[in-house]
Formats: sequence, C-alpha cells, structure tokens
Amino acid sequence: MLFHSILFYVFATVMIGAALGVVFARNPVHSVLFLVLTFFESAMLWLLAEAEFLAIVLVLVYVGAVMVLFLFVIMMLEVTIEAVKSGLVRYARLAIVISLVMAFQLIQLIWFRGSGGEISGGFVPNPEGYDNTKALGAVLYTEHVYAFEIAAVVLLVAIVAAITLTMRKRPGLKVQNIAEQVAVRAKDRVRIVKMDAEKKS
Amino acid sequence: MKALVPDFAINIWASFPPLLQYLISTTTAILVVMISVILIVAFSTYFERKVIGSMQARVGPNRVGPLGLGQPFADVIKLLIKEIVIPSQSNKFLFVIAPLLSLIPALATWAVMPLHPGFVIADINAGLLYVLALMSVGVYGVILAGWATNSKYAFLGAMRSAAQIVAYEIAMGFALVGVLMAGGSLNLGVIVAGQEGGLSQWFLIPLFPLFIVYWISGLAETNRAPFDVAEGESEIVAGFHVEYSGVAFALFFLAEYANMVLISGLTAVFFLGGWASPFEGWLFLQGTPMQWLAAPSVGWLFAKICFFMYSFFWFRATFPRYRYDQIMRLGWKVFIPITIIWIAVEGVMAWLRVGPWATLGG
Repeated sequence: MLFHSILFYVFATVMIGAALGVVFARNPVHSVLFLVLTFFESAMLWLLAEAEFLAIVLVLVYVGAVMVLFLFVIMMLEVTIEAVKSGLVRYARLAIVISLVMAFQLIQLIWFRGSGGEISGGFVPNPEGYDNTKALGAVLYTEHVYAFEIAAVVLLVAIVAAITLTMRKRPGLKVQNIAEQVAVRAKDRVRIVKMDAEKKS
Repeated sequence: MKALVPDFAINIWASFPPLLQYLISTTTAILVVMISVILIVAFSTYFERKVIGSMQARVGPNRVGPLGLGQPFADVIKLLIKEIVIPSQSNKFLFVIAPLLSLIPALATWAVMPLHPGFVIADINAGLLYVLALMSVGVYGVILAGWATNSKYAFLGAMRSAAQIVAYEIAMGFALVGVLMAGGSLNLGVIVAGQEGGLSQWFLIPLFPLFIVYWISGLAETNRAPFDVAEGESEIVAGFHVEYSGVAFALFFLAEYANMVLISGLTAVFFLGGWASPFEGWLFLQGTPMQWLAAPSVGWLFAKICFFMYSFFWFRATFPRYRYDQIMRLGWKVFIPITIIWIAVEGVMAWLRVGPWATLGG
C-alpha cells in the first residue's frame, strides 16, 4: 500500500503543478499542453482507483480529440502574450473568489460525508476479476438508461445545431460537386478535331 | 526445462523475491518486443525500397552488404552522425520533444498486442480502448512539430495532418465497435481467441466492410500515400518535418514506420485472427511434417503483418495522392455512414443468428 500512496502523491503533485502551469504559463500553447498533462495525471489517479474505463476515455476524448481542436484554434488565432498577461491581472480577483467558493463547497462536502462515516481512511482494492467497463455498462444500460438516452439525444441536437450553424450559404461561394466531377467522361470535355497536315511534303 | 537450464540457475531464479522476478521477466519481454519491432521497422524501409523499385522496374538498394541488406544500418548511421539543426526562431523545447511524442505512443501500443498464444506484455481488460487512446495521442507529435518549427509550410502540414487524423479516428473507432461486438470483449487476447478455428472463423468474413474501412483509415492515420498530404512534397515541401534533420528526423521516420507496423498488426489481430492459423482444423495435416501449418504461432502474426506492410508499399507505388477535400469527404461522408450501417446490420444478424454472424458475440 505504501507504493500505492507514493504513486498517488507523485501524480497528485504533478497534476497540481500542471494545473498551476495552465494559469501561469505565458504562452497560450504551453497552457494547453499543461492542461493535457493535467488530464493525463487525473487519468493516472483514476487508474490508481481501478477505474480504467474512465481513465482511458478521459485520455481518448479530452486529450485525443478536444485538446487537439483547442490547440488547433489557439495556434490559428496567434494570441499575443501581452493580451494574456493583462487578462490574468484583470480576472484575478474574480477567479480567486470563484475558486474559494469551489474549495469551500468541496471541503464542506468531504466534511459532511466524512462525519457520516462514508469515507474510509484508504483505498480498498476491488476483488479479482472485477471489470470496470462491464460494471459501468451494466449500470448505464439498466438503471440509468433514460438519463443515458436523454444525454445522447442532447448531444445529437448539439451536433445538428453546430453543423447547421456552419452550413450557412454565403453568396459567391464556390463549391465543387464531387458526384459531377466523378461522373465526367472524356468525351464531354475533350473534342478531337481531325484535320489534315498543313504542309504537303 | 531441465535439459535447457542448469539446476543452479533455476535455484537462483527461485531465490529472487516475486516482485524482482516479475520486474525481470517483464523487462525482458519488453526488450524482446521493442528490439524486434525496431528491427522490423528498419528492414521495412529496405523492403519498401525494394518493392517500389521492382514495381517501377528498378533494382532498388543493392550496394551495402549482400543484396543491399545493410542499407537500413547505413541509413541509420548516416542520420546519427548528421548535425541536428534547430531553427533559431523555433520553440526549442517543443521542437526537440515533438519527435519523441510521435514515437512513444506507436511503441507503447505494443504492450497490449497478443503476439503468441499466451504471450502478451500487459493483459489488460480495456486493451481496445487503450489502443484507441494511444493512437489519438500520437497526433500531438505532428502538431507540435509543425507549430514549434515556426514555419508556414510546417504549420500547414501539421494542420492538415491533425484534421485528417481526427476525422479518420472516428471511422476507425466505429469499425472497432463492430469488432468489439463480434469478440464480446475489449481484451485483445479474447478477441483473437474468438477467431480461432480456421479461416472461416475470422472476423474478416462477417465484418468485411468494417475491415476495409479500418484498413483504409489505418492508411490515413499513418499519413501514408495516397493520404500523405501532411508531407505533400509538391505543395508544402515536406510538411511538418521540413526543418528536422539528423536524429530528430530519424525519429519521425521511425515513428511513421512503427505506426505502419502497428496498424498492420492491429488489423491482423482484429480481423485476421492475429496469431491464429488459417489452416486450423485441417485434420489431414496432423502427423505430417506440415503439422506446424495448423498450429497457432507468432509466425502467422508476422506473415499477416508482412502482407499489410506489402499492401502499404503497393498503394504508395500505384495510387496518386488524394486531394484534401476528397480525403475529408471520404472520411466523414463515406466511411462513418458505412460503419454505422454495418454495426446495425451486424447487430440484427447476430441477434437473428443468420449465416456467418451466428457465432458472434462471445
């Protein structure tokens, strides 16, 4: 168990360091990379808690897709460092208030739960043959199937909305009709003209 | 065992604490797998030049060593002793770390690959998800290389590659949903074991459209021709690795080929039964000198990997490069619908227990 605790503290320390890096890094691209590191470390913490499905999906969805698009946008925008720095000072007071409120809520939650005796001192390993993916699936598709389906529909609506927003027709937009391009035949485009040689030899 | 290993060696091994035994055996397994992968990668560069050479009616490399077999080592030594040029306006830390970020995921995925009956480095339950997660992380190497170089060409290459990889990952993931339904498990070992029993049991047959989609998406994931717009020599000189030289370039090269071998291996595991033999259950082979043909072994996996590697080179020698908008169209508008429809077809067929679908579902 000692090894387990050492790993927990190592991952937690790196995670907090990376989270601070997200806020204090001067270059926005570095901030995004620190955020990627934060996600990785929280995935590690989940792995320590034997929640491998959540850990891997966190890496797959957030690190593999969401953060890539984030990086994409930030690289394209070329945010200047001065603008970011002035923002840090301007929003610092608000950020401190929000984080204090969140910390207060978390502490209160742990306190209340703790006094009820629900939180045990350490981590209890799952029995051999426990499959986190199977366990999650069993709960999601039986007990919480309505909530799960509603979430799926909400996501679908969001996808449709996002696509409709980008599908607006601008005037003067030139688009290719792929089917037309593929269906084209040589005789529609090229006309072979037979003519006699100009010079008689 | 007795005949091969002397008694005192067994006694010494038994006297080690279990943790040390575990550490030593795992490290040895990792080293063996890594060295074989790197050797396969080295020789696949030679193989590629020979294959493309013969397709273009040339000889290919034949100067270094017998049949030119020393060519990969000559190339590696040349790249190792070249100077690494770091552009002065680049982001130095990210510039150096980007090649590593694209190589590490390609090698780490081998941990869950079932190589031989009963031999896998990490036998984890969520193996398939692990594979998908590491594949999606591999894109960071390309993006960061393109951005850290601080050059327009490199940046364009990185943007193209990132959009392409994110698009094809979805089709790949959906194709793997079909495999997951057929195998009834996320564990790659269980998926291979579900395909034992000869050619007719391979997921290739009930999941044929998903196999094709996975194969082509794998080609696009690795940025290989005809989907190599991230490099696009004729448009953006060499794309994301235009400023890389020496070892840093060698690492990108290694990562690309390691990814190809990996995709070949994964396609073999998911659709062609991994280490399973196609002739399993052919009773007349039993007792004959050809008995090994019916036995599952790592040799079969290697043969399947070679087939896919050959197909990668074959495509490179024969197909012209795709136009960028057509790549996007193929990924989003053709492959994703095909996979979704086939998952539904597979579900209904397995439920009704029809034809080759009857035995699916673990």
